[in-house]
Amino acid sequence: MSLFNLFGGGFSHGVHPAGHKEQTVDRPIQRVPFMDRYVMPLGQHIGAPARPLVSAGEQVRRGQMIAEAGAFVSTCLHSPVTGRVRGIASERYPDGSFRPAIVIDADPYSTQQVEPRPAIDWAALPMEAFIEQIQRAGIVGLGGAAFPAHVKYAIPEGQRITRLLVNGAECEPYLTNDHRLMIERPDALLRGIEILLTKLGAERATIGVESNKPDAIEVLKQRIEPGQPVEVVSLPVKYPQGAEKMLIKAVYDQEVPAGQLPRDIGVVVNNVGTLVAIADWFDRGMPLIERVVTVSGPGAAYPANLIVPLGTPVREVLRFCGGLKEETREVIMGGPMMGSPVASLDVPLLKDSSGILAFTEAETARPPAHPCIRCGRCLEACPYFLNPSRFARLARARRFDQMKEIQLMDCVECGACTFACPSNIPIVQLIRSAKESIRHKKVEAA
Amino acid sequence: MSQHEPHLLLQPAPMLRQGMNTPRAMLDVWLALLPATLAGIWFFGLGALLVLLASMAGALATEWAFTPASRRRAAIGDNSALLTGLLLGLTLPPGLPLWMAFLGAAVAIGIGKVIWGGLGHNLFNPALVGRAFLLGTFPIAMTTWAPSGGPFWEIPPSLLALPFQSPAYDALSSATPLGLMKFEQQGTALPELLLGNTGGCIGETSGALLLLGGLFLLLRRDFDWRIPAGIFLAAATFSALLSLTGDGYPGPLFTLLSGGMLLGALFMATDPVTSPLTPRGAWIFGLGTGFLVVLIRVFGGFPEGMMYAILLMNAATPLIDRYTQPRVFGRGGGRDRGEQTS
Repeated sequence: MSLFNLFGGGFSHGVHPAGHKEQTVDRPIQRVPFMDRYVMPLGQHIGAPARPLVSAGEQVRRGQMIAEAGAFVSTCLHSPVTGRVRGIASERYPDGSFRPAIVIDADPYSTQQVEPRPAIDWAALPMEAFIEQIQRAGIVGLGGAAFPAHVKYAIPEGQRITRLLVNGAECEPYLTNDHRLMIERPDALLRGIEILLTKLGAERATIGVESNKPDAIEVLKQRIEPGQPVEVVSLPVKYPQGAEKMLIKAVYDQEVPAGQLPRDIGVVVNNVGTLVAIADWFDRGMPLIERVVTVSGPGAAYPANLIVPLGTPVREVLRFCGGLKEETREVIMGGPMMGSPVASLDVPLLKDSSGILAFTEAETARPPAHPCIRCGRCLEACPYFLNPSRFARLARARRFDQMKEIQLMDCVECGACTFACPSNIPIVQLIRSAKESIRHKKVEAA
Repeated sequence: MSQHEPHLLLQPAPMLRQGMNTPRAMLDVWLALLPATLAGIWFFGLGALLVLLASMAGALATEWAFTPASRRRAAIGDNSALLTGLLLGLTLPPGLPLWMAFLGAAVAIGIGKVIWGGLGHNLFNPALVGRAFLLGTFPIAMTTWAPSGGPFWEIPPSLLALPFQSPAYDALSSATPLGLMKFEQQGTALPELLLGNTGGCIGETSGALLLLGGLFLLLRRDFDWRIPAGIFLAAATFSALLSLTGDGYPGPLFTLLSGGMLLGALFMATDPVTSPLTPRGAWIFGLGTGFLVVLIRVFGGFPEGMMYAILLMNAATPLIDRYTQPRVFGRGGGRDRGEQTS
C-alpha cells in the first residue's frame, strides 16, 4: 500500500453535495410487476442504433434477441417481456426526441420465465468470441453513460490490461442502486470480476467504494476468498469520484493523459452493475433486459430501489411507487448532478437509467443569476483543473475557438462548477451548448 | 388509478447547488467588518458613523443612478455597493467633511465599477479608487486626523463643511501611529494597536477586531486565505530585514498591526473581482502587495502604502492570471499555457 493510500487517497478538487441517500439506502431491491406495454428504443447509447430482427405481430419470449448490433460500437436488444410485437414505431425517448423503438404488448397469461440455457464455458472462449458474447448480451456500462461494454474489452495489439477497476463509488447524490446491488448480489459481482479478470489477463481487481457505504464494503470484504486477487478500497466521499479518470486517480494515484483512455495505462474500469450483468449472462443466460433503478427525491411518494424491465414507461414505475407528490416540479432520469429532465412521464426506462428522481420547488427554484465575481470556487471544484469561469465568459461571447484552446474538450460536464457557483451562472450548460455548436460547425464543414 | 401529473420543468442538471450565493458572500464581508466598524464609531464618536453613512449613501445612490433601470434591483440587491460604501468609509479619516465622503463613494462606484461594466468587470478595487481620488483631490482633509476618545456625541465642525468649501479644523488634531513612526520616529505600544485607541482611519485602528473578522471569513471560506497570508509573509519578512539594518525602521509586528495593513490585507486585497483567480496567482498577488506596502511606507512620501500597493497589484492581476493557469488534468508540463488570458 502506497503512502498515497495511507492518507486516504482521493482526487484533487471536486465538491461535496449532501448525499440524500438515507431515503432509499435501507430499502431492499424490489421487483416491479410486469406492465401491459413495453417500448424498447433502438438507439440507447452512443454508437449505431440496433437493427430490429422482429416485425409487427410476431410472438417474442422474454430474453429473446429482438434487435442485433448495428455496428461494432452497438449492442443487441432483447425483449424484456414475453408477448407480441405491436410494431416498430417512432416513440418518445427520455431526451425528448422521437426515434424508432420496438413496442411490445405483454402476454398477460405468460409466466414470464426466461428460457433456461446452459451456462457458457467462458474460460474456453477465445477473446473475440467472448467480446461477441458481451455484445450479444446487450451489456452496456450501467454507471450512467451506457457505453457498449464489449468495446472496452477489445484491447489493441501491443497493449496489456494489468488492472481491473470496479466502480462502486456511486458519487451521485440520491442514488443507491449500486449500493444495494453490492449488498444484495456480492457473489454475482465477484463472479463478474473473476470472469473479466481471467479474460483480460489482468492481475488484480480493485473495487472502489465511497466510505458512506460501510455495509457494502463489509459485505464485499467478507465474500472475497483468501487468495483471490480482489481488494476493496474505501474512498473519501466526493463528487465526481465515479468519473472513470477520477476513480483511477483516487485508487491508483495515476492520471490518465488527456485524450487517452484508461486502457492506455493498463486499466479497465467497469461499474458494479455491468459486472453483475456479465455474471448473469454467462451463468444464467440472462441478457440485459432489466436493471436496478433508484426512485427517490422529495417528490417521490415512496422512494425505493427497484428492479425494472427495460422499456417500462417511467409513469408506470412511478405509479408502482405511489406516484408523484403534489409539489413535484421536475423529474430527472439519472443522478441529480448529471441526469436529464424529462418532459413527459410517457418515456421508457433505458439501459442507462440509474435513477428516477422527483424534485420539488425547494430544489428547482433558482435565485437570480449574478455577474461572475471571479471568486474561484469553480476552479476549486473542477476535477480537471480547467477554468470554468473563463469557459462561461467565452461561451457567452461565442468565442468557441478560444475555448478549445483552453481544453474545452477535456471537460466531462460533471457540473461541479455549476454546483459551486455562488452567482448561479449556468456554467456547464454554457459549456454543453458551446460543444454542441462546435460539433455542429464540424458537421457543416464536412 | 390517477396519478398527480405536474407540468414538468426542464431545468438541466446539476439540480443541486451549494448554499453560498453572491449577495450572501458580500453580506458576510459586511458582517465581518461590523466589530471593527463599531469599534471605530466607539473611538471616534458619532461623526465617524455619519462619515460611514455618507459613504454608503453615496455608493448606493450612484449604483442606482448609473445602472440601467432593468438591472437596478439586481445591482442594488447583490450588496456589493453597500460593501464598497462601507469599505471606503472605513478608510476615511473620522473628521472628513460628509460631502467628500459622499463624493468619494460616487467616484468609487461610478468610475471604480460601473464604467467597467458593473460588478465583476472592474480591474481596480472600487473602494480604493474612491479613496485614491479623495487623497489626490483633498490631501489636507484626507490626512487630518480627528483625535479618538473625545465626547461621543460631539460632531467635529469640519464634518459639516458645505460642498466645495474648505473645512475648518479644530486646533486639536492627532497623528496616526504610522505618521508618528515616519516623521517623529516614535513607536506606538502594541496593545494600543490591537485595541484601536489610536489615531487613524475609522476602521483601521482596531487590529484585534479586524483579525476576528478575518477569522470569520476564513471559516466561512469567503476569501482566498493565500492573499492575506502572502501579504503578511512578505511584509513581515521585508520589514524584519530592513529593521536589521538598524536605521530605525519599524519591525515586523508594528508593520503588520499599524495603518491599513489588516483592513487592506483581509478585506480589500481579498476582493475576488480584482485579485487573481488561480491559487498560485493568489500567492504572487499577496507577496507582491506585502512587499510594495513596506517599500512605499519606508521609502515613499506618505506614511501609508496599503492603498497604492493593492491598486498596483490589481493592475497586475490579469497578467498574473494569464501566467498561473492551473495545469489541466492529464496534461503534463503546463508551461505552454502563456496564450491564456483570464
